[in-house]
Amino acid sequence: MEEFRQEEITSALIRLIRKKKEALGRPVRLMEVCGTHTMTVYRYGLKPLLEEAGVDLLAGPGCPVCITPDDYHEIIIDLLTKRPKTIVATFGDMTRVPTAKGSLQTAVPAPFSRLKIIYSPVEALDLAQENPDCEVIFFGAGFETTIPSIAFTVKEARARGLKNFSLLAACWLIPPPLRAILESGEVAIDGFLYPGHVSTIIGSKPYRFIAEEFKIPGAITGFEPNDVLLGINSVLDQMLEVRPEVAIEYRRVVSASGNPRALALMAEVFEVKDAFWRGLGLIPQSGLGLKKEYHEFDTLKRFSLQLSPSEKSFNPGCRCGLVLRGLLRPPECPLFGRLCRPESPYGPCMVSYEGACLIHFKYGQKWS
Amino acid sequence: MRDFISRHIVPNFDNSILRELLDASHLPGGLAFTTDSYVVDPIFFPGGDIGSLSVNGTVNDLVVSGARPEFISLALIIEEGLAWDDLERILASISRAAAEAGVHIVTGDTKVVRRGQADKIYINTSGVGRIIARPNLEAVVPGDNLIVTGPVGEHSLAILIARGDFGFEASVKSDCAPLTFLLPLWQREVRWMRDITRGGLATILCELAEKLPYSILIEEKKIPLSPPVQAVSEFLGIDPLYLACEGRAAILAPASRSEEILAYLQAHPLGREAAIIGQIEDRIGRAGELLLRTKTGGLRLLEPLTTELLPRIC
Repeated sequence: MEEFRQEEITSALIRLIRKKKEALGRPVRLMEVCGTHTMTVYRYGLKPLLEEAGVDLLAGPGCPVCITPDDYHEIIIDLLTKRPKTIVATFGDMTRVPTAKGSLQTAVPAPFSRLKIIYSPVEALDLAQENPDCEVIFFGAGFETTIPSIAFTVKEARARGLKNFSLLAACWLIPPPLRAILESGEVAIDGFLYPGHVSTIIGSKPYRFIAEEFKIPGAITGFEPNDVLLGINSVLDQMLEVRPEVAIEYRRVVSASGNPRALALMAEVFEVKDAFWRGLGLIPQSGLGLKKEYHEFDTLKRFSLQLSPSEKSFNPGCRCGLVLRGLLRPPECPLFGRLCRPESPYGPCMVSYEGACLIHFKYGQKWS
Repeated sequence: MRDFISRHIVPNFDNSILRELLDASHLPGGLAFTTDSYVVDPIFFPGGDIGSLSVNGTVNDLVVSGARPEFISLALIIEEGLAWDDLERILASISRAAAEAGVHIVTGDTKVVRRGQADKIYINTSGVGRIIARPNLEAVVPGDNLIVTGPVGEHSLAILIARGDFGFEASVKSDCAPLTFLLPLWQREVRWMRDITRGGLATILCELAEKLPYSILIEEKKIPLSPPVQAVSEFLGIDPLYLACEGRAAILAPASRSEEILAYLQAHPLGREAAIIGQIEDRIGRAGELLLRTKTGGLRLLEPLTTELLPRIC
């Protein structure tokens, strides 16, 4: 693994990138779709090196905590605070997202109800088994990377015969918002760095429309610093040769057709639906809901609830939506570092470990 | 936490000794005085327990403020129902730790509270030591070296894993230990020492940088990490620079004495993996900044810890 972090290789790649950028002779702006890429770029100090080389990186919508709209959180907060004997199980970052009803962490649970932070979806099933007199609700958020394990959890709930388990699915697909961003024409993007882990599942084909319809180059890449630089190098090659494609610079795990078993599992449990994203609004065929055969495990159906998406964020002045669309950089937000800080976040981009604002706060402050 | 102390504690009790906000207060008459409460969960963890922690934590605060620890008080708050065996085990561990650190427990108190009003056992210890040196930040010059006495982050991770939330096991043991072996270094022109506790290496160095008219540059490559800490923190996405230790310190020393200090540390079992990790700078960054040169040669600013990674680690 260390070779993907070696300083000699890093500086050689940066030199190569600078040369290619000069040969292009114009500014280059790439979007890294995934929050984990943002993290790598900042954490390893690549951001200033790339800026010097003339390559501007823009964080994309690839953070499930950030793009899940407030209404999901409000539904789950209501269940936790109003319904006795309810256990809400979810991933850590989801508990800190601020809404009009507070956050899961600040909410006071109803009698005999509680919040449980889990690290793996299957833990929610164990909770349901250990607490037969409680309703266990798994608030599962994720992209294609996480969705197969959420799908497995639902299947396993049936296999275990659980009657007190349900899922509030905040499950999102990565390619549709990229189309939405390109079709909006709000931001000029010369190329994409596609997420390595999502692509392990879906392969490279689902991004092809970007190269074919929009003629924009891109590369799937891994999460080590030199992986990211290899990806950028590939995008620059495509720009120089004017041959946009979806290159795979992460061959050690990604193939063109993805992981068929994981895809089959997803398709067995979930169906694709139009979904509302924070900042990006309604995007056709961009989310997943449980199939009819699994409705008994659907929190919304089980408790007769409905999502009520809205363009508005509860926090007046919160600009997370603009950050997610690539229209605003974290430090350009007037709240950044002042009203909105990691210890008291005003919007989800300052909550999540993959959130552009938290990453910028932790790793991107300018030294002089 | 620092904000809380400077906003709510200091103004209410303001005096010249408190205002210094040292790890241990230097009293008139050559004595140093400190206190700490321990609420760690779980009370037993690989490499230590709440008993040894409550002695070492207080001993280490005295050592890094330039005092030889001598006397300690011991106050126990016990939840009704704590097993006798557990209590005996903790007391034996306190006794062993005190002997190892060369301190005497000279006063104490015990309270029992109803079930649910405390969690098993909480301990407060206060310590008195004799001042042998004063940290001297005025003498700091560019080129002074920063030394850590061993791999960082083991205590936090040992606690994290011992809580069992992750459902995996790893051979990470807490580094909980007395730092009394550092005392002789005060005779070798050491300018400053700090035990690497809450907020980890990055936070304590940020606090040091704030007090200096220079910046600090540290090298990621040179910071010692044990293989399990490296693997587990990578796996969990945790930055080991923000993980607490309970038996490691950072030391600031003149370049001319650094090699000698390093050799002394490496000759001691608790300092075998000591390393020089960076230096005081006036060519890069602004006064008060802490900079990290990453493994890939990039440079970035380090900020103090903002959100508590884990409550109740000590």
